[in-house]
Amino acid sequence: MTEKELLFNSGVLTERCPGAELPPRELWEKKKNGLVVIECPQRIPCNPCASSCPTGAIRPFKDINDTPAIDYEKCIGCAKCVAQCPGLACFVVDLTYGEADEALVKLPFEMLPVPVEGTSVDCLNRVGEAVAKGKVLHVTEPLRDKTRVVHVVVPRDRVMDIRAVRVVK
Amino acid sequence: MRETEVLVIGGGPAGLSAAVEAASHGCDVTLVDSDLALGGQLVKQTHKFFGSEAEYAGTRGIKIAKILFEELEAAKDRVTVLSNTTANGFYPDDGVVALVKDEEEYIRLRPKKTIVATGAMERLLPFPNNDAPGVYGAGAIQTLMNVYGVFPGERVLMIGAGNIGLIVSYQLMQAGVEIAGIVEFMPKVGGYWVHAAKVRRLGVPIYLRHTITDAIVEKGVVAGAHIQRVDEKGRPTEEIRKIDCDTICMAVGLIPTAEILWQAGCKMTYVPELCGHVPQRNAFMQTTNPNFWVAGDASGIEEASAAMVEGRISGISIARALGRIQGEAFQERYLELWQRLSNLRAGEVGAKIRSGLEKCSNCGCDWGEEA
Repeated sequence: MTEKELLFNSGVLTERCPGAELPPRELWEKKKNGLVVIECPQRIPCNPCASSCPTGAIRPFKDINDTPAIDYEKCIGCAKCVAQCPGLACFVVDLTYGEADEALVKLPFEMLPVPVEGTSVDCLNRVGEAVAKGKVLHVTEPLRDKTRVVHVVVPRDRVMDIRAVRVVK
Repeated sequence: MRETEVLVIGGGPAGLSAAVEAASHGCDVTLVDSDLALGGQLVKQTHKFFGSEAEYAGTRGIKIAKILFEELEAAKDRVTVLSNTTANGFYPDDGVVALVKDEEEYIRLRPKKTIVATGAMERLLPFPNNDAPGVYGAGAIQTLMNVYGVFPGERVLMIGAGNIGLIVSYQLMQAGVEIAGIVEFMPKVGGYWVHAAKVRRLGVPIYLRHTITDAIVEKGVVAGAHIQRVDEKGRPTEEIRKIDCDTICMAVGLIPTAEILWQAGCKMTYVPELCGHVPQRNAFMQTTNPNFWVAGDASGIEEASAAMVEGRISGISIARALGRIQGEAFQERYLELWQRLSNLRAGEVGAKIRSGLEKCSNCGCDWGEEA
């Protein structure tokens, strides 16, 4: 077993695969409000992302064990799935936001303290390394169930790595 | 001597579901639970459940407990709840279950039918100093933290990367506890990949192919641990690492709690996939003792979502056995429940469960046929 396989087996996405695909670049670049990026590569019995999607962009599952498949044309970047997913595996990445070197990531957050809008946070990659500073634009609680969705402005070249934020003490 | 139509032993997800299902079809139910309050492990589960909407997916365990309590409240005319009550034994000669309530009152209860939903016990690992203060099972950590609000330690080493080890690590972090790492003997996490990803992105190392060798004890309490890498065949290597921690949490599996089933003379089978001795059962979750049904982890270790559906199946099947529901009304509900259960078990992660069930189910896989 290679190091890369072991890394994946410990819960770190190492390459794109079914259930963890990226949107088509051309559409992504121009889609206001962003597109969903899901990182759910394992077939498990779980479907709230699809059943809660208001536009049907996350295609209804044939089998509850399916990994999510997405019709990106329909995705409006609403981040309902970000709040709903019990595995915290849904993110929205908006490449149209801000300056040319910026992008917006909407990610799930269930820790304390909750980030404050307008402050700077550490942006963490998939193994928890602080790879950039981000600015908190909004913090919402779409389902009023204590899972927050943090909208954070990040350096555009880090948008494929940043999957969590940490409040700076 | 007290009497009841249906006795449900255990007020966790399976037992609560069984009680409300049986009561909803008109059965008189007595629900006993050894804990101070009902809910079993649900009340400690602050994370959102997987599954489908019918199984409360996306809802936190603690909220699911509240939903079931509301159903129970709505059925209160038919359900007697005895909490802080342990079912200590079953006496086949007169069909009496001996209960001890509040650690002082002895109650003899004779049920017509019994559902055993006693859940599971934790497995523990043998290693030097595993009896030192600071070594816990994951259930104890969750009880301290999520039920009583007690901070279990400053820095925890988790042993086991199954769903419990991964989820409890995440819960500890939510409570402000640092996770020194998660140790897993196998070359991959046993729990859902997404649960592992959740803690990895917060900086928690997962040591695959590692095992704990001993707890380091200073001044009588845990001050660290040694972990050791194992090779492809599981043999220890020379690579040993010292981990700083004040708490060691074991999440290395569960064993079905089956004593009452043994006492009831149910035919028991050792099924490794279901993590211990489990009763033979038919498609109604009825054991080989025709007055005993089983549901949840007592019938084999599985997820709480499956336990709730099994509880419903045993509840409606008992209602049928007592003549409270029959014909199409039964068939429709029963088949719907089995469909939900089969869906939960259909995928790759359900393969182990399916293989285990083949060894203890005394009818074919086409469950609907027998109804």
